[in-house]
Amino acid sequence: MLLNASGCLDALVAPEIARQLDAFVTKTVTPLPREGNSPIRIAETAHGMLNSIGLANPGRERFLTDQLPRLRELGIPLWVSVGGFCAQDYAETCAALDGIAAIELNLSCPNVDEAADSAAEIVAACRATTSLPLYAKLSAAHPDVAVVATAVAAAGADGLSLINTLRGLALDPDTLKPILARSSGGLSGPSLKPVALATVHACYAATQLPIVGMGGIVTAQDVVEFVACGALHVALGTVLFADPHAPSRIREELAVVPMDDRYAAAHSSEKSLEFTAKALA
Amino acid sequence: MSEPRRELLGVAGAEPVGPYTLLRFERGGVDPGSPGQFFMLEAPGRLLPRALSLCLAPAGELAFLIDPVGPGTESLCRLGRGDAVHVFGPLGQGFRLDVERPVLVGGGIGIAPLPYLAEALRFPPAVLGFRSELHAEAAALLPGAEIAIEPTLVTELIPTGHEVLACGPEPMLEAVAARWPGSQLAWEAPMACGYGACYGCVVEIAGELKRLCVEGPVLLAA
Repeated sequence: MLLNASGCLDALVAPEIARQLDAFVTKTVTPLPREGNSPIRIAETAHGMLNSIGLANPGRERFLTDQLPRLRELGIPLWVSVGGFCAQDYAETCAALDGIAAIELNLSCPNVDEAADSAAEIVAACRATTSLPLYAKLSAAHPDVAVVATAVAAAGADGLSLINTLRGLALDPDTLKPILARSSGGLSGPSLKPVALATVHACYAATQLPIVGMGGIVTAQDVVEFVACGALHVALGTVLFADPHAPSRIREELAVVPMDDRYAAAHSSEKSLEFTAKALA
Repeated sequence: MSEPRRELLGVAGAEPVGPYTLLRFERGGVDPGSPGQFFMLEAPGRLLPRALSLCLAPAGELAFLIDPVGPGTESLCRLGRGDAVHVFGPLGQGFRLDVERPVLVGGGIGIAPLPYLAEALRFPPAVLGFRSELHAEAAALLPGAEIAIEPTLVTELIPTGHEVLACGPEPMLEAVAARWPGSQLAWEAPMACGYGACYGCVVEIAGELKRLCVEGPVLLAA
């Protein structure tokens, strides 16, 4: 499946762009409304960009009563990204959701203070309130993300979303002051891809869970590499900003890449990176 | 309103205008939209496109006035005939054209949307402010405009009894907003996408942070 990365598309403003996807992932919903961080919120970097949006969203109540009904009308399968600042925040939002394709738990936004509870505690609390598929979105900044992946799998996660942005800083070349008002922000775009591939590979090896791979995907070749590392699905983020038609373009590119063997290799039961690497050679 | 389209457009020409460059594209199937709307132009070698309002719509063309202030705008200013880049638009909300006695007010590169706006409003009075004689050469794009060069401020030239439609640096727009409430002001903010996806370009509107690319870039001064 081809998805968008959470926070990289507004299906209500750009429904035709969203319809290119197999499912639309919402911006992260938190219990209370959040205006997000002050501008300046974005900065271009070499082969990437920083954002410090800060989980701007209308809050759970307005999301459920206003946005979700309008999103349903679009007729696109929906994944709702859920955020919070403690396990109970996440669990209460999960309990209020139904009639959607999946829930993605945003456990890794670099632009807000981290929840006090561990990723596994949050997943366990959510698991107790919903039977919807639960995807845990993890950060590659953890020293051993495969350990976190194993813990959230044990806590009941059905899948993993990998990876979120990584914290970065960009300076104005003249003033040597941070460009972003919040100083640092989340790095996305092609500079993230090697980190994302390594994370997908490590977490797939550790859990065999279905993985939504993301981080710097621009072309069909990028998609193939994520799949080779263990992703079952992929999500597009920063590329949507530069090319809103990237989903259709990548599908067209994939259609002419002779990949059947590669996919078979990537999804075979005895999958290993060596195996898929050989298939890709 | 015209539907935005994204197409690979060929460069028809590029001419220097003072320190700026007027970059003209073959229009293809991309609609010029209404004055004050903007387009995302692919900047060669850069990850993100750049947001530019339309300056002029000559027959079969789209023309943008570009100030080379960073790597993206510099790469656009280096384009010439034979080059082609992706252009996406028209985007956002432009100027309301149902005004009785308009006066156009521009500051520096903020004059960019005014020539196309002047055409739509049948060439109303215009006042333009620049920081130097060289920058003021861009006034040639708006024949008949009155010109202020620093230290004279453009706001000193705004005639009374007119509705102000303005584009320029923030201090200029803030000064206009303070003295002429109800003015139409075209603002600028760093944008990654231009179509409401990234939430990067928010500005405070009536006490709330709103996306300038969706609600603007032209906003009414409170």
